[in-house]
Amino acid sequence: MEKTVPHILVRGLTMAYGDFLIQRDLTFTINRGDIFIVMGGSGCGKSTLLRHLVGLQRPAKGELLYGDVSFWDADPEERERIMMNFGILYQSGALWSSLTLGENVALPLQQYTNLSSDEIREVVALKLSLVGLSGFEEYYPSEISGGMKKRAGLARAMALDPDILFLDEPSSGLDPISAYQLDELILELRESLGATVVIVTHELASIFAVGNNSVFLDIEAKTMIAAGDPKRLLLQEKDSRIINFLTRGKGLQRE
Amino acid sequence: MSFSRPHNGILLITVAGEWRLRREIPSTDEVIKEIEAGPQVQQVTFDAQELKVWDSSLLTFIIKVIDLCSGRNIAVERQGLPLGIQRLLDLASSVPERKGARRETSRIPFLERIGNSAVALWRSNLDLLEFIGEVLVALARMLSGKARYRRADLFLVMQDCGAQALPIVSLISILVGLILAFIGAIQLKIFGAQIYVASLVGIGMVRALAAIMTGIIMAGRTGASFAAQLGTMQVNEEIDALKTFGISPVEFLVLPRMLALFFMMPLLTLYADLMGILGGMLIGVSMLNLNFMEYYTKTREAVSLNDFWVGIFSAAVFGVLVALAACLRGIRCGRSASAVGEATTSAVVSGIVSIIVAMAIITVVCHVLNI
Repeated sequence: MEKTVPHILVRGLTMAYGDFLIQRDLTFTINRGDIFIVMGGSGCGKSTLLRHLVGLQRPAKGELLYGDVSFWDADPEERERIMMNFGILYQSGALWSSLTLGENVALPLQQYTNLSSDEIREVVALKLSLVGLSGFEEYYPSEISGGMKKRAGLARAMALDPDILFLDEPSSGLDPISAYQLDELILELRESLGATVVIVTHELASIFAVGNNSVFLDIEAKTMIAAGDPKRLLLQEKDSRIINFLTRGKGLQRE
Repeated sequence: MSFSRPHNGILLITVAGEWRLRREIPSTDEVIKEIEAGPQVQQVTFDAQELKVWDSSLLTFIIKVIDLCSGRNIAVERQGLPLGIQRLLDLASSVPERKGARRETSRIPFLERIGNSAVALWRSNLDLLEFIGEVLVALARMLSGKARYRRADLFLVMQDCGAQALPIVSLISILVGLILAFIGAIQLKIFGAQIYVASLVGIGMVRALAAIMTGIIMAGRTGASFAAQLGTMQVNEEIDALKTFGISPVEFLVLPRMLALFFMMPLLTLYADLMGILGGMLIGVSMLNLNFMEYYTKTREAVSLNDFWVGIFSAAVFGVLVALAACLRGIRCGRSASAVGEATTSAVVSGIVSIIVAMAIITVVCHVLNI
C-alpha cells in the first residue's frame, strides 16, 4: 500500500444558500492519487459540495485546505495559483459555445503557458485524441452530441495537466459502453498523470469500478453519514440508507 | 356513481361507466352528503363491476374519499376496486411527503412587500457599484497589459455592433432628419424663414438626436444581444468554467463588449449626423424649394464644432452605459430560460433609461458651462 498524503482536507464545512442549509459539518480527507466519490441521493448537495471544493462558492462555515494552505484565508494570488491546478468537468459540459472545440481546449493554454500557437495546436490535438475526439477541432459545441460534449469538456479540464480533476456526473447521459470507456479513461489518467480525481456520481458501476475513497451525503440528516472506500462500505456498513444506495434499493425489497 | 347501504353501517359506492379526466368528474360532495344523510357509517366499500374505462380521475376521486373518511374515522375497504387502482394507491401512499418539501404559499402583507422591494433596490444599487468597480479594475489591468481577453473577440464584437448596425442606423436617422425638417418647415414657413430648417435639423441632429437615436438602437439591438449571450453563458455554467480557469469574466467578456461600443458609438453617431442632415435636405430641396448649395452652406454656418463634440462625447458615454447595463444584467442572470428573458428585457429598459437621463445631465451641464 502506497503512503497516503492528504491533498484536500475538509474541516467542519457547512454549506448554505442564504438561510437554506444544504449540508453541515462535513469533515473528510482526500488523499493524493485518490479517486474520490461524492455519493448521495438526488438533491442532497453533491454538486454544491463540488462548487465549494473548486472555490466557486464560499462556505458558510468551516475550512478547506489544499496541501496545507487554507483556501479562503489565502490571498487572491495564492487562491488563483491553487485554482490553476484544478481541472473541472461540469455537468452540462459547459464548453464555451462561441469557440470551437479546439479553441476551447486551447484557451487555458494560451492564458497560462508561453507555448507557440503551433505547439498549442499539437497539445490540443493530443488532448482531443485522448478522449477520442481527434479531428474535431473545428466543430462548435452546438454541432456535437451530448456524450461528445462531455468528452470535450474532459479534454478541456485536462488541458493544463491538472493536479486535481473534478468531474460532475461524468457518465450521466452516456450509453453504457461510453460510460465504461470514460471510467477506463479516468483510471488511465490517474495512473499516467498521478492526478487526484474527485467524482460526483450516482452511477453504481462507476463507483465500484474506479472509486477508492468516498463520502456519502444524506438529505434528511443534512450531513455526511459515511466515508471511505465504497467497496468496504458495501461489505461493512450497517446503515440501511447506504446499503440501499449501494445495492440499487435491494435492501428495500428485503424489508 | 350511485350509493347503497347493503348492511347497517356500510356505505357501498358503485362506480360505473367511463371515468376520464377529460369528462366531468363527480364531486366528493355527494359522498359527504350521502355519509351525513343516513345513519352512522362505519365502513365505505366500492363496487367497480360496471366500470368500463378509468384513469387518474378515478384515482384522485378515491384518494379524496379516503382522506375524507380518515378524517371521520370511517374505514375504507378497497377490495372492490380494480387491481390496477389498488396498486397505484399503494404506490402513491408508499413515499411519505418530504418534510418541508411543500412550499408555503402564504400571502405576504403589503408593508412587508414594500420593505422587501426597498431592500432589494438597495442591494441592486450596491451590486451595480460593485460591478462598476470590477469593470474599472479590469480596465486598469487592460491598460497595464495584464487583462486576459481575446483580441479576435474584440474585433468580432466591433464588427457586430458597428458595421452591421449601419443599415438600421441609416434608416432611422434619415427618417428622424426628415421628420424634424417637416415639423420645422410648417412653423418656419409662416415667417418665410424656411432656410432655418437647415439650422434646426443640423444642430438638432449633431448635438443630440443622432447620439440619442443611435444609443437607443444600440440598446435594443446590441444591448439585448449582449445580455442574452452572457445570460445563456451563465445558464450553461460557461461563466463558472471561465472563473475556475482563473479567467475573469469581466475581463474576458465584459471588457471587449464595452470597448467595442465605446469606440463604435461615436463613429455610428457621426454617420447618423450625416444621414440626418441628408434627410432634412431631402425635405428642404423637394418641399421648400431650397437650393442644394444654399442648404449646405446654411448647415455649415449653423453647426459649430462644439455641437459636434458634445454629440460625439454623449455617444461615447451612451456606448459605455448600454454595455454596462447589458453586461451587468447578463452576468447576474439567474439559471433558467425565463431569467435570460428577464435579463434581456431589463438590459434594454435600463439601457434606454440611462441614455435619456445621461442626455439630460449632459444638456444641463453644457448649458451651465455655456458650451
